[in-house]
Amino acid sequence: MIKEKLVLIGNGMAGVRTLEEVLKLAPDKYEITVFGAEPYGNYNRILLSPVLAGEKTLSEIMLNDRPWYTEHGITLHAGKNVVEIDRRQHRVRAADGTIEQYDRLLLATGSNPFMIPVPGHDLPGVVTFRDIHDVQLMTAAAKEYRHAVVIGGGLLGLEAANGLMRQGMSVTVVHINATLMERQLDQSAGLLLRKSLEQRGMHFHMPAQTVEILGEERVRGVRFKDGSELYADLVVMAVGIRPNMELAKKAGIHCERGIVVSDTMQTYDPAIYAVGECVQHRGQSYGLVAPLFEQAKVCANHLAHLGYARYEGSVTSTKLKVTGIDLFSAGDFTGDEHSEEIVLKDASQGTYKKLVIRDNRIQGAVMYGDTVDGAWYFQLMRDGTDIGAFRDQLMFGQAHLGDAGHGGQNKAAAMNDAMEVCGCNGVCKGTIVKAISEKGLFTLEEVRAHTKASSSCGSCTGLVEQIMASVLGGGYSAAPKEKPVCKCTDHTHDEVRKVIREQHMLTIREVMRHFEWGTSDGCHSCRPALNYYLLCAWPGEYQDDPQSRFINERVHANIQKDGTYSVVPRMWGGVTTASELRTIADVVDKFNIPTVKVTGGQRIDLLGVKKEDLPAVWGELNKGGLVSGHAYGKALRTVKTCVGKEWCRFGVQDSTAMGVRLEHRTWGSWMPHKFKMAVSGCPRNCAEATIKDFGIVAVDSGWELHVGGNGGVKIRPTDLLCKVTTEDEVEEYCCAFIQLYREEARYLDRTAPWIERVGLAYVKQRVVEDAQGRGDLYQRFIESQKYAQIDPWAGRAQGEVDRHEYIPLKQVM
Amino acid sequence: MHTPTTSMEHESQWVEVGQLDDIPRLGSRVIRTAQGDIALFRTAGDQVFALRDACPHKGGPLSQGIVHGTRVTCPLHNWIIELNDGTAAAPDQGQTACYPVKVEHTIISIALQHA
Repeated sequence: MIKEKLVLIGNGMAGVRTLEEVLKLAPDKYEITVFGAEPYGNYNRILLSPVLAGEKTLSEIMLNDRPWYTEHGITLHAGKNVVEIDRRQHRVRAADGTIEQYDRLLLATGSNPFMIPVPGHDLPGVVTFRDIHDVQLMTAAAKEYRHAVVIGGGLLGLEAANGLMRQGMSVTVVHINATLMERQLDQSAGLLLRKSLEQRGMHFHMPAQTVEILGEERVRGVRFKDGSELYADLVVMAVGIRPNMELAKKAGIHCERGIVVSDTMQTYDPAIYAVGECVQHRGQSYGLVAPLFEQAKVCANHLAHLGYARYEGSVTSTKLKVTGIDLFSAGDFTGDEHSEEIVLKDASQGTYKKLVIRDNRIQGAVMYGDTVDGAWYFQLMRDGTDIGAFRDQLMFGQAHLGDAGHGGQNKAAAMNDAMEVCGCNGVCKGTIVKAISEKGLFTLEEVRAHTKASSSCGSCTGLVEQIMASVLGGGYSAAPKEKPVCKCTDHTHDEVRKVIREQHMLTIREVMRHFEWGTSDGCHSCRPALNYYLLCAWPGEYQDDPQSRFINERVHANIQKDGTYSVVPRMWGGVTTASELRTIADVVDKFNIPTVKVTGGQRIDLLGVKKEDLPAVWGELNKGGLVSGHAYGKALRTVKTCVGKEWCRFGVQDSTAMGVRLEHRTWGSWMPHKFKMAVSGCPRNCAEATIKDFGIVAVDSGWELHVGGNGGVKIRPTDLLCKVTTEDEVEEYCCAFIQLYREEARYLDRTAPWIERVGLAYVKQRVVEDAQGRGDLYQRFIESQKYAQIDPWAGRAQGEVDRHEYIPLKQVM
Repeated sequence: MHTPTTSMEHESQWVEVGQLDDIPRLGSRVIRTAQGDIALFRTAGDQVFALRDACPHKGGPLSQGIVHGTRVTCPLHNWIIELNDGTAAAPDQGQTACYPVKVEHTIISIALQHA
């Protein structure tokens, strides 16, 4: 097969990232050639500031060295400037005469620093801050000269000023605006920033407009509009960047403020793509790395002829890479007449937080001094989460919402390397930092894959994101708005479910074919999700696929660390009898079961059962009237109850009977995640109903229904859904809530994150206010229960179902 | 029953262990041997592989994992193991023993080392 020719102009982060993505998707499709103006491989441009500050060396910021290009069969023309694109002949020409043909051309020409065209701007000693060469000029100047003026009080200017100060220079920042970083900060935060930079010895001259750079042989000063002058033997222009589109313009490709691209990252010439700082997409240009990587991913998808990804713009956040200064900014932080502000300001502590909110959704945030919750606010903002339910707590941060495991020690920057970040997988900060810098990681996914941090319960995700942000600064690539199902596809859970419903899909293969899954038969993440979505959409019709279920659900018992299993029979509402207990005791004796344990859900757990014994154990339990407790499933687990008014002197309703009734109604139903219920007979709430997915608390006049609670790593108390009077109503509301959760939550979302995402108001509207809709949900649940309420233990105990699961194929001794 | 060994599998012998259809597609079965359990895997395309039934990570029973492509995910901590050579997929590192397998007329045999 003759490979097509792909030529990349611009050997920077966006272009090379696109190549990496292409190589992942279609490694053999293209013969690739790269032109780069700089005589190096691809380096991490956003880490130039730490290099200037002497905190990192050049070799530490290389992303792809020359061997990488060789290894992937890529021709690298480093140090060659492309001067012409011949679109008719499909070829490009470099200044030195090198000519390359292309089938597809990728422009990633980046941006140029903007030079204010004042007299003297071309004097020796006037530099910009853009590439390795600039950094070398500045470090050399710092050795010889003393006084630097940085023109521009934005992100780049302040990082340059900090770096030069660290190199021993006396630095004055000149800014045209009265507020530093006015595009990211409001006045209050800008003032705090200025104060703490002044304390470090930085000087400011602002607002001030530069009119002339003074000097003859070399720069010796700067003059301003008001006539004042500053002495300087080095001037850094850091007033902004402009997309570098000269080459594209000359070739007749449509440009406005940047090279104009569509949602597929194509220019007006369909054979020519563009990514990175040089492009203009829907009127926006981006200078931060996260959006550039999103563009790279979309572009690669099209270059690999997959053709379904779209770039729809990015929401960005900013962090200043000046060691010791915590600053975070995202979204629209100024607001307008339709928005509201929540502000916390403590000047003596040097902290300032402002959230801009519209319709109970975060529009923007500015934080200074205490940026612990920046990642969290950013997440809430991108997800469009309804914050109504915890608005009064919002300002105090995520830890305040009941993050029991990690509260109080969330400050990534203040942590030392030995401190544990991820309790689930025992990962400490140092390991994460090392992985990020040594392996060149940029995304949360990559950090999860390499270190396992935040890959289990996820409660430390915010902290991991903070560590990434502090190591990478603006290079940190935040997770995309909506996550794909897994690495096998770019499609989201919601997209997949919609098509399953609309096109009446009945097999996992059909779904994978439709969405052009990247793997032949999926993986351990997507197959169980698809199996559940199909089962939920088409009860009775979809043929469950045991091979797409996690082992526990496949064999109806919980695998333990030594490969044995645990067995939990159902005890309706936590009520049992002497005869059931006798049966259990006999089973324990007969099969030598080593441990018997009472669970938190009012059940008895038999631990250490050998797999081959499972069917016989179930057979004995079945004989005593006990059935599967589904303690192993993403399913209705338990309904916990207190004794209620039958015995308790405080009880106001029969909570036990209510619990038993609900458990009979709901057992066996498969869910996106485990689902626990409890019924308390009075507001003393002995059944702990307010940390359950669905909790019921009896009051004198009826029942309070609570939703979305959970214990575990991150405790979340329930939200009150509503109050009802009769037991029939309890059942109807309960089943309707479950069905809504079953139909709309993503696989492996528990009720708490699901409700936080869609908002309690939405759930109330569907389950409480819309009586007709509630009835429909209830009916759909009852219908699906017809097919779900079959004791899985019974068939297996009799050896009729899945016999092969439990016995070895052969003994070879 | 036992076919002679080739030079490649010196000091090992082929043992018939069952029929192809004894293993569900994308599933696994266990062979008990004196040297420990061996997991037999069948892919969607009916390829059969044999690995020691222990994950290189914490010894989890790979036979209980989800099979996808020519890989299996360990049920304990989601390590992904390559069926053809028993190595852990990056970024995890480790390898579990693998055994030669042949399928002739739907009969599966594996090559076992002499004890």
